[in-house]
Amino acid sequence: MLRIPCPVCGPRDHTEFVYEGDATVAYPALDAPEQEWFEAVFLRENPRGPHSEIWHHTQGCRALLIVERDTLTHEISGARLAHPGMAAALEEDA
Amino acid sequence: MSGLRLNTGGAIDRAAQLSFTWDGKKLAGHRGDSLASALLANGERVIARGFKYHRPRGIVAAGPEEPSALVTLGKGPRRVPNAKAPEVELFDGLAASGQNAWPSVRMDVGAVNSLMSRFFAAGFYYKTFFGLTKDTAHWMQFEKVIRRAAGLGAAAREPDPDAYEVVHEHCDLLVVGSGPSGLAAAELAAAEGLDVMLVEQDFALGGGLIGAAEQVEGAWAKDWVAARLAGLKSVRVMPRTTAFGLYDGNVVGLYERVTDHLSSPDPALPRGRLRVVRPGAVILATGAIERMAAFGNNDRPGVMLAGAVERYARRFAVAPGRRTVIATGGDDGYRAALALAEAGLEAVVVDSRAAASDAVAAAADKAGIERIMGHLPLELHGKPGGYQLEIAAGGSAAGRRLPCEAVGVAGGWSPAIHLVCHRGVKPVWNEEMACFLSGEPPAGVTLTGAAAGVFGTAEAVAHARASAADAVERLTGRRPQAPEAPAPGGLGPQQPLWESKAEGRKLKSFVDLQHDVTSADIKQAAAEGYVSVEHMKRYTTHGMATDQGKTGGVLGLAILAEALGQTIPETGITTFRPPFTPVPIGAIAGRARGEHWRAVRRTPMHQVQAEAGAVFTDAGLWKRCWYMPAHDGEELGKAYVREATAVRETVGMVDVTTLGKIQVQGPDAAELLNRVYVNGFAKLPVMKCRYGVMLRDDGIVYDDGVTWRLAEDDFLMTATTAQAAGVLQWLELLLQTRWPELRVHVASTTDQWAGIAVAGPRARKALAPIVADDMGDEALPFMGILRTEVAVEGGRVPVLIARISFSGEMAYEVYTPSDFGPALWRAVEARVKAEEGCVYGVEALGALRIEKGHVTHAELDGRVTLADAGLGRMASSKKPFIGKVLAGRPELTREDRPQLAHFEPVDPAQRFRIGAIVCDPEHVEGHGLGWITGVTVAPAFGGGWLGIGMIAGGPERYADREVIIADPVRGYRVRARVFPAHRLDTKGERMHG
Amino acid sequence: MQRYNVWQVIRAGLKGPGIWDKVWDQPEPKPYYDVIVVGGGGHGLATAYYLAKVHKIRNVAVIEKGWLGGGNAGRNTTIVRSNYMMPGNTEFYEHSLKLWETLSHELNYNVMFSQRAHVNLVFTPGQRDAMARRYNIMRLNGIDGEYWDRDELMKRIPHLAYDGRYPILGAYVQPRAGTARHDAVNWGFARAASALGVDILQGTEVTGFVKKAGAVVGVEVRRGGESREIMAEKVGLAVAGHTSVLAHKAGLGRLPIETHKLQAFVSEALKPILDTVVVFGGPGHFYISQSDKGSMVFGGDLDGYCSYAQKGNLPIYEDVMANCLAIMPCLGRVRVLRQWAGVMDMSMDGSPIITKTDIPGLYLNAGWCYGGFKATPGSGHVFAHTIAKDEPHEANRRLTLDRYARGYQIDESGHGPWAKVH
Repeated sequence: MLRIPCPVCGPRDHTEFVYEGDATVAYPALDAPEQEWFEAVFLRENPRGPHSEIWHHTQGCRALLIVERDTLTHEISGARLAHPGMAAALEEDA
Repeated sequence: MSGLRLNTGGAIDRAAQLSFTWDGKKLAGHRGDSLASALLANGERVIARGFKYHRPRGIVAAGPEEPSALVTLGKGPRRVPNAKAPEVELFDGLAASGQNAWPSVRMDVGAVNSLMSRFFAAGFYYKTFFGLTKDTAHWMQFEKVIRRAAGLGAAAREPDPDAYEVVHEHCDLLVVGSGPSGLAAAELAAAEGLDVMLVEQDFALGGGLIGAAEQVEGAWAKDWVAARLAGLKSVRVMPRTTAFGLYDGNVVGLYERVTDHLSSPDPALPRGRLRVVRPGAVILATGAIERMAAFGNNDRPGVMLAGAVERYARRFAVAPGRRTVIATGGDDGYRAALALAEAGLEAVVVDSRAAASDAVAAAADKAGIERIMGHLPLELHGKPGGYQLEIAAGGSAAGRRLPCEAVGVAGGWSPAIHLVCHRGVKPVWNEEMACFLSGEPPAGVTLTGAAAGVFGTAEAVAHARASAADAVERLTGRRPQAPEAPAPGGLGPQQPLWESKAEGRKLKSFVDLQHDVTSADIKQAAAEGYVSVEHMKRYTTHGMATDQGKTGGVLGLAILAEALGQTIPETGITTFRPPFTPVPIGAIAGRARGEHWRAVRRTPMHQVQAEAGAVFTDAGLWKRCWYMPAHDGEELGKAYVREATAVRETVGMVDVTTLGKIQVQGPDAAELLNRVYVNGFAKLPVMKCRYGVMLRDDGIVYDDGVTWRLAEDDFLMTATTAQAAGVLQWLELLLQTRWPELRVHVASTTDQWAGIAVAGPRARKALAPIVADDMGDEALPFMGILRTEVAVEGGRVPVLIARISFSGEMAYEVYTPSDFGPALWRAVEARVKAEEGCVYGVEALGALRIEKGHVTHAELDGRVTLADAGLGRMASSKKPFIGKVLAGRPELTREDRPQLAHFEPVDPAQRFRIGAIVCDPEHVEGHGLGWITGVTVAPAFGGGWLGIGMIAGGPERYADREVIIADPVRGYRVRARVFPAHRLDTKGERMHG
Repeated sequence: MQRYNVWQVIRAGLKGPGIWDKVWDQPEPKPYYDVIVVGGGGHGLATAYYLAKVHKIRNVAVIEKGWLGGGNAGRNTTIVRSNYMMPGNTEFYEHSLKLWETLSHELNYNVMFSQRAHVNLVFTPGQRDAMARRYNIMRLNGIDGEYWDRDELMKRIPHLAYDGRYPILGAYVQPRAGTARHDAVNWGFARAASALGVDILQGTEVTGFVKKAGAVVGVEVRRGGESREIMAEKVGLAVAGHTSVLAHKAGLGRLPIETHKLQAFVSEALKPILDTVVVFGGPGHFYISQSDKGSMVFGGDLDGYCSYAQKGNLPIYEDVMANCLAIMPCLGRVRVLRQWAGVMDMSMDGSPIITKTDIPGLYLNAGWCYGGFKATPGSGHVFAHTIAKDEPHEANRRLTLDRYARGYQIDESGHGPWAKVH
């Protein structure tokens, strides 16, 4: 079981989340050239080691998190809210 | 002494006699016995038969590492095959029987295999059974025979009648194992205020101290254990519980056996519990497992591990025989001999070393135990009850024979490091102790006691207290006082027993008793070139049986290492994987069984429909009304045509609650919709709705549905039943990661609304009398929305009505808060019936949409573009939207792509089915031209068969030619004509009314 | 190569196992090979075998960082089938299945290909209808496929749960499909390739590529703690879950591949209780068969997140066991013996890539998702063809790398451009 430290809910089983893949992919503008969209949608770095990735807490607060996880050891070194405004608001609360 | 039960001693309750059966024979034992100890006490020696050669086998071990004594427990649906006799707690009424033998384990016809054993060497099956033809025909016949011969016990054919539970647990510290180190660790941590769980696979606590005659910290073992247990008041102590797996995040899987040991368990109790523990720290006090040695006929009943001999004598007061030879290569084996001598039984020690340590030698001499130094066991001769163990000085071809009834083998120890290895930790060979120890464990996990290679009770206890102090410090930041952890050691000088060999002698020396793997098999594998330890394992199947090589694994790789002329660490070890001991499938599945495998979703109007006789079908988790029989026994084929006809001629109503509903709110809500839908939503007026289609990033159609604008900044989006959850997730992903600048909030309201679609020429006539406001074309035009109330029995309920049509008729979708669903349903149903209409189900819904040419998930199968689906005109050219760019890729814009079409059989009496392939009459082969996605009797087209589906290049290409609809699986071909799918009421006169 | 047959087995029984030759050589690397295949799994070994056998290219090395067959080739659930619907897959997997049917004879090694039928259960009318298309396409392409209705199925497999949460309506069946002994496939290809002169270099890790004027002309390896270069005219990658790692080193850059973990499970050995391969999709995802040794071998979904860790976890374990009991509740008291995992090269459409690359001298065989085992002989056969002829075989001409950019996704499930859903 991966235990994901959700900034809103605390440490939770990964089964509460939906995995949304590589967080480093920059999606281009809706009318960007085809090549840019092709790369964003289809090509992946797929590292063996540290990986920034998106997890969606669908069975919890429904926030999307950016989780730093090692794909080889599964060690999780951090998690933050993906939405900058929500992250800032949480920071203020704390 | 009666049988082999000793007259005194043991941690059994002699006052509590238990009766059990073995192969139908009634036997007696005591509370505190295992099945193995009770069988031994009754003089039962042959408990099982080998896998391949069917040689008789007895009991080897005293715990779950048992490699030999597999039995079947119980019968009928509660039959359990392959139970290890030492692991089974005796209870009154236990029924055990032998397996993999006919007629019985005592006299097994299969033993003739033994005569052929020379031909059944490792991997022989890879080299033969090819058959005479090039195909697999003959092999398939050979395979049947092989399968029948293989396997161990037989599983029940009936469903397991028992229940299992899954329990989610949290604690500060989980201690695995209740031997001296586990008890000491738990006690210290509990005293420091930690929330501790202590689990023990055995039914009794104390591990090796149960029945032991030793003193610990100045107290007798029994008293010391009692004192420790007294200190565990706050600890959750769980016997009969195996920690079977250590997973990521240090989550531990436990299997607790709840009722297996009870004669007549409370039926309310589950048979077992899977406990998923998320501990702050884990201490593994799992002890060590003794190893067998390889010598001739070492598989005979009566050959046991020396530690097991000691345990049977001390804990269970059972002697393995009247005269026992203990073969050892360390001081440790003497413990068994001393235990036997204390019980007044004869014991001889054969020690491979030149000398034992002084203390051990003195103790043996004092007890009158004969010691034969510098000798190894070579071969066992004779029959159960009257053996002679031939022993020889290392390398001699022959030696003297010692008469005996049993042999105890102290082959060396393997610390039980399995759990930590589940985390990917690699074992490290320790030459001095001749065993693998754990590599650096992951943070939060500590091995202690014998599991850490710290042998000797006093040292193990000290190590455990130090480990517990570490855990306390890790979790609380404060370090309690504790002794310093001793280094691994404590076994004294060791000369591990591996394989005994003698020049010119062929010995049948087993290393895996369950799979009948001999040392010769391992050497053969090495000679053939299967030199990686994994290749050897897989080629010989060594260590792959239900014991997973716990007693023979390291022995096998030592033999491989020698055969290859390399060291054990150079040879390596195979990987330990969960579970530590086998766990029932039922326990892991827990409550997700039968009806409860998947949740059932019912709409608020389900019950009303069920009472009216509705027949339901599964749509994902939902139960949806399939059709509503007009009378008992009306079949689907009749019912849906009647229902669809009513919609075309009068009026029908259908439960549409399962549609996904997502509230989209905020100042930028319209902008979000504009980006995710291919068509525009920015200019949609308030209280109007619009059909929209959304694409995936790659330009393929994802979902469709109608979105209602309730206010400038408030939309109610509907999604298909199947994609409801996915669409919500998708919108959240977009809003939180790609477009954080958009001020929009989305939330699922699927469960908040109950919905009814009312369709047909008399739809308005049916509804108007119960709707509070005017429903005329002015007030509620096509695609208009009305917020009003509906009169129901006893009052009025709030509703939202939209004039939307899926069938092509005048139609309304009426939504009310879920709780009012049944009342709304009854009110609408009364009006529909008054207008000579009826309730319809999803089959009729399908028929109507096929006629109208509307697409569903049957067409939108994740490979279809907008144009393919006949929706190309919807795409806005004025704005970008998700998927627009990649939808322009060349293969997705080809003109010959399959596109939506209607199909009619040339001969109206002929029918075709969904999944049939549309082909060119000249080429009924390959991938065809297209395929059929929906078929119905079509009242709107004269009542003949009508299909919808896809065809290459679109229907216009086939205006003047026929196609073949081929369905080889169901065995027919039908000639058909192709039409555009949108041809019913193309001007929309029926919808607009 | 020494022939294996029943007479030799009897001779060995009488004379002792000393009559057997070494199954494969343990050579030292040569400085130069015509072709280097990176990855000593089933696909790599099969590629080398067919290069030597069909194309007579015998100066070939297979480079494996661990022990041959130690990756997914030795840790799968051994199912072999060709029930594919999409152009590209249909012809490729059937090509492979045809090779399976004679493979034991071809290799003179009994790979125990058991054509015991692959039985795909359906629970709802919608599922039954949708799957008809697939089996009809198979039939129109000369592949066997049929439907067993509920009565037929009850006769063949009586102890399924026919009226559970979802009723079992029937099953689509491919009779020629079945299982094979995975290790035997690896060993059979290794032995036959070695006998034709292929060097199998185990314990040798490719750490980099030697390039000249933009072309790959060799590999850098670490072997026994030492680094060296081995030159080659052509280098083929067949490294499954580690494809991205090597693709980066070779300069191929990012690929339409993510590496995911798939678990598998095996039970204690039982007397025969299931004579076919039984699978289902829809309300769950599950596949089960019984090995010749008697163990139930089964699995289900991916764990669902990128992983290079070959170890199991609890949630999928729970899910797979529940799926198991949903159709075979009689196995409730049967125990699981072992749980493990492999790392899968999940492509963005769920279908494989067997192709030349834009880098001269470099060839790619990847994207097997969790269906690589059944492809073993076919993959090796067409990859060898592609390497030898510098053009695809008829059976892999659609399995290109550029298909994603062109919009020709071969998406058998229709689940879209996300690796984890295939």
